[in-house]
Amino acid sequence: MIRLEARPSPSRLAGILSPVIALVITVGVAAVLFLVLGKDPMRGLSVFLVTPWNGVRALTELGLKATPLILCSLGLALCFRSNVWNIGAEGQFLIGGIFGGGLALLVTVHPVALDRWGFFPLLVLAGALGGALWAAVVALLRDRFNANEILVSLMMVYVADLLLSWLVFGPWRDPKGFNFPQTMSFAAATGVPRLVPGMRLNLGFPLALLVAVATWLFLFRTYRGMQLQVGGPAPRAARYAGFSSRAALWISLLVSGGLAGIAGALEVAGPMGQLTPYVSNGYGFTAIIVAFVGRLHPLGCVLSSVLLAMFVIGGELAQSRIGLPAALTGVFQGVLLFSLLACDTFIQFRLRWRARA
Amino acid sequence: MNQVALLLAATLGAGTPLAIGSLGLLVNERSGVLNLGAEGVMLVSAVTGFAAAYHSGNEWIAFLAGAAAGAALAAVFGWLVIWLNTNQYATGLAVSLFGAGFSAFVGTGYVGRKLESGGEHSVPLLRDLPFVGTALFRQHPMVYLAMALAGAAAFFLYRTRAGLVLRSVGESPESAHALGYPVRRIRLAAVMVGGALCGLSGAYLSVVYAPLWVEGMVAGRGWIALALTVFATWRPARVLLGAYLFGGVTMLQLHLQAQGVQLPPQFMSMTPYVATIVVLVLISRNPLWIRVNMPASLGKPFFPGS
Amino acid sequence: MDKRSLLRPLALPAVFALALALACTKEEPKKEQAPAAAAPAPAAEKPAPLKVAFIYVGPVGDAGWSFAHDLGRKAIEAKYGDQIQTTFVEKVPEGPDAERVIRDLVSQGNKVIFATSFGYGDAMEKVAKDFPDVYFEHATGFKTAPNLRVYEGRFYEDAYLAGVLAGQMTKTNTLGFVATFPIPEVLRNINAYTLGALSVNPKVKTKVVWVSSWFDPPKETEAAQSLMNQGADVLLQNTDSTAVLQAAEKAGKYAFGWDSDMSAFAPKAHLASCVLKWGVYYDKAIGDVLNKSWKTDSFKWGIKEGVNDFVKIASFVPDEAKKKVEEAKAYLIANPGAVFKGPLYDNTGKELLAKDVVADDKWKSSVNFYVKGVEGKVPAGQ
Repeated sequence: MIRLEARPSPSRLAGILSPVIALVITVGVAAVLFLVLGKDPMRGLSVFLVTPWNGVRALTELGLKATPLILCSLGLALCFRSNVWNIGAEGQFLIGGIFGGGLALLVTVHPVALDRWGFFPLLVLAGALGGALWAAVVALLRDRFNANEILVSLMMVYVADLLLSWLVFGPWRDPKGFNFPQTMSFAAATGVPRLVPGMRLNLGFPLALLVAVATWLFLFRTYRGMQLQVGGPAPRAARYAGFSSRAALWISLLVSGGLAGIAGALEVAGPMGQLTPYVSNGYGFTAIIVAFVGRLHPLGCVLSSVLLAMFVIGGELAQSRIGLPAALTGVFQGVLLFSLLACDTFIQFRLRWRARA
Repeated sequence: MNQVALLLAATLGAGTPLAIGSLGLLVNERSGVLNLGAEGVMLVSAVTGFAAAYHSGNEWIAFLAGAAAGAALAAVFGWLVIWLNTNQYATGLAVSLFGAGFSAFVGTGYVGRKLESGGEHSVPLLRDLPFVGTALFRQHPMVYLAMALAGAAAFFLYRTRAGLVLRSVGESPESAHALGYPVRRIRLAAVMVGGALCGLSGAYLSVVYAPLWVEGMVAGRGWIALALTVFATWRPARVLLGAYLFGGVTMLQLHLQAQGVQLPPQFMSMTPYVATIVVLVLISRNPLWIRVNMPASLGKPFFPGS
Repeated sequence: MDKRSLLRPLALPAVFALALALACTKEEPKKEQAPAAAAPAPAAEKPAPLKVAFIYVGPVGDAGWSFAHDLGRKAIEAKYGDQIQTTFVEKVPEGPDAERVIRDLVSQGNKVIFATSFGYGDAMEKVAKDFPDVYFEHATGFKTAPNLRVYEGRFYEDAYLAGVLAGQMTKTNTLGFVATFPIPEVLRNINAYTLGALSVNPKVKTKVVWVSSWFDPPKETEAAQSLMNQGADVLLQNTDSTAVLQAAEKAGKYAFGWDSDMSAFAPKAHLASCVLKWGVYYDKAIGDVLNKSWKTDSFKWGIKEGVNDFVKIASFVPDEAKKKVEEAKAYLIANPGAVFKGPLYDNTGKELLAKDVVADDKWKSSVNFYVKGVEGKVPAGQ
């Protein structure tokens, strides 16, 4: 009889192997799916795993796509480590985009003596403010009224999406845009400075990396960071040590909301250059997977952001190059997360064969 | 007057998928397991139900297929969460995301297909009663099934031994284990029942309510069903009431538009979600009340023999 | 914290390194093949096929918008055979991702790119600038460039004809419209539907419900229901699914197909279908490229040119009603797009067009009102 038995201490080996095994399982499932669909599995895997890295433009596109994922997932890693289940990063992303876009619109209509580099910090601030405000609602409702943050933050996503739709169809609609739901294009001076001429990779990427380093320092090198990680999951024990789970709640939500908001603002002012109803592609939700695959560790978040960006880009390429259906990307993401969760069990538990007593 | 009756009738129809799904989640959560994957389960069963209806031409086969698919996916979730003790929230989210992708993938061949039309369902004789006839008796049998399910759930939970055992597992799995009950199997059973009912609800959406398949057609109803169980403080009758209220808000919003009432449609569309938040706040703000009504072990893993 | 906590996430880069190593080797064989194939080309009999790519905003099987475009793609595939080679990418989100997909298609050697939704406009403009020898065609857009042109159908002509039929088939004198978003195209359709009905039945009025989505069958069903509850007995929609039609069938009312022939979905409710035949335009576009006569322009084709049509009028429709539809159709073929003609008033009484004035393209692109006969106010409009 096979039993799961608790390990005396968490296994480091399993911790390292688990994401690798999960990735291998996902790749295996992918190969099987390709076969079932009548496509060459090696070609399919190559398009998904290899082509997105091929060339300078491909690399910059990977970086561009990974930037919002990195920012959002870092905030979520912080939240989840504190036992605060912020599922609404998508909504915070959208509101950050609205604030950032609103600022850009203001500057477009009333030009100010600022160039892109000067505008950048203002954009980041605006996005952070918007996202943090949206997350603050969730924090307040949980703090004052005990309302479950999962459900509240999720409902706020729908509200944010509809709010964006209203703004873009109504008060902020471009008067010269033939009544189409979009704002006017933002002035060039509000764009996010680009890093490589002719490519779309912008300042957001190094900013995201900086934030990753800062998050790592905060979580593993500061007292406050330690407090957060203990105060959240074990409030009563933490209180004896003077840690506050309330502080954990507010800090993690405000920070993760702010980071998601920055991601939104960068997306809107950067590659988009205007506000439309289609600001997000589910970055806030994908970031949840990213955070888990990255083991809630800042470096892991960066790497798994790139991994998942690769999945998305690979999915697009797979369509145009081998005719695979668009829905595959979601399947792979789900399988990756399932496998990871299953493999993670072996960090805390091990298999034991026991003869029947 | 006729308009009110029609609005009521539409409300019943709109609330039914929410009610059935939420009742399933209620049973699920009574055992102490929180399944955030309701949306994914509903999507997978919606596509399964649609495929079954398309190939068999019979909607009851479709409902069965949807329920089976829902139970199967929930069983995977249950195995991960109950035996491997993975984090319930993360696993539930994984189910949601996987369900969305998987249903879209499997459903690509079914987009734009047509089902044999069922025609109008109604209860003979009673359908012709003034007002009440229009409001209540021109519905698909599933609407009445939802009401019956609520009654059955209440009876099961509060009048049977099995229901008592389930509730005690939800309150304190350790005590139930000490008394010799197979806690993990009971939880798995509850999770599968929850999945089956969510599955039924999903199949109803794609086979009866809007007889089409399109990816993402559940459109957040799984998440609203989750909120509903909290709204109803885990009591079946209140689930039914809440479901009709939420169905009513959506229909009322469309109704008002058709009347020419001028609010930006986006704000009207927001009302069900804002209403859920308001309800959550009202229900949760009394910690004593929540503790009395909420299964105490909800969301917490159980380790037998620890 | 010790340094070993860094080891776990470093497992991933091991995989990446492997992938990069593969990248250096995998793609080269392909590149080597290309020059080898190009070398004998001048000596070969057939020129390399013209590579044409399509991007769709929705799934190809939606029986609606993207489906109609794909039918057009299949039509030119059938007509031009070996001369062209088509590809498509579906469900491309409108926004920054579109630019990447378009660039990739161009990098794969596609010389003609068709982008089938308004939201792709900016992306098309940016990529067109970088590739002056590739032809870009944007559906329902308005930005053009020397190698970027726009094309659109006069959908409102179909809506007008639907109105003509609806006005004669309604028994309650109330029509319903399930609408998506309050953009000019949709408002034109609502207005045309109403005008068509009024031309045969001055007592008619139209109610509108907005679902804020192009494709959401449960919501469309609910919207249809609420319209029928208010007394509407002939429905039109510009959403991409058959939900409204099926809802009408269930309730014993009438409706129309939109984007494609939906007559099979509701034999009792289906009055006619407003279909799109993009193949006609795609044929011209490919012909232009092959004949080297491609020029930038802004096309608005309709019933006369064959891009849209009003078909499959139900057999139970009385002959007299059919006759009126035929007359209206003939009028539109002779006077393309002349649906909006003065004297025309909006539903607050303001004059929109003076007597005998026919609306021009500029007027039609800035429609943000309801004509007299439509109930309510345009949401969030000026």
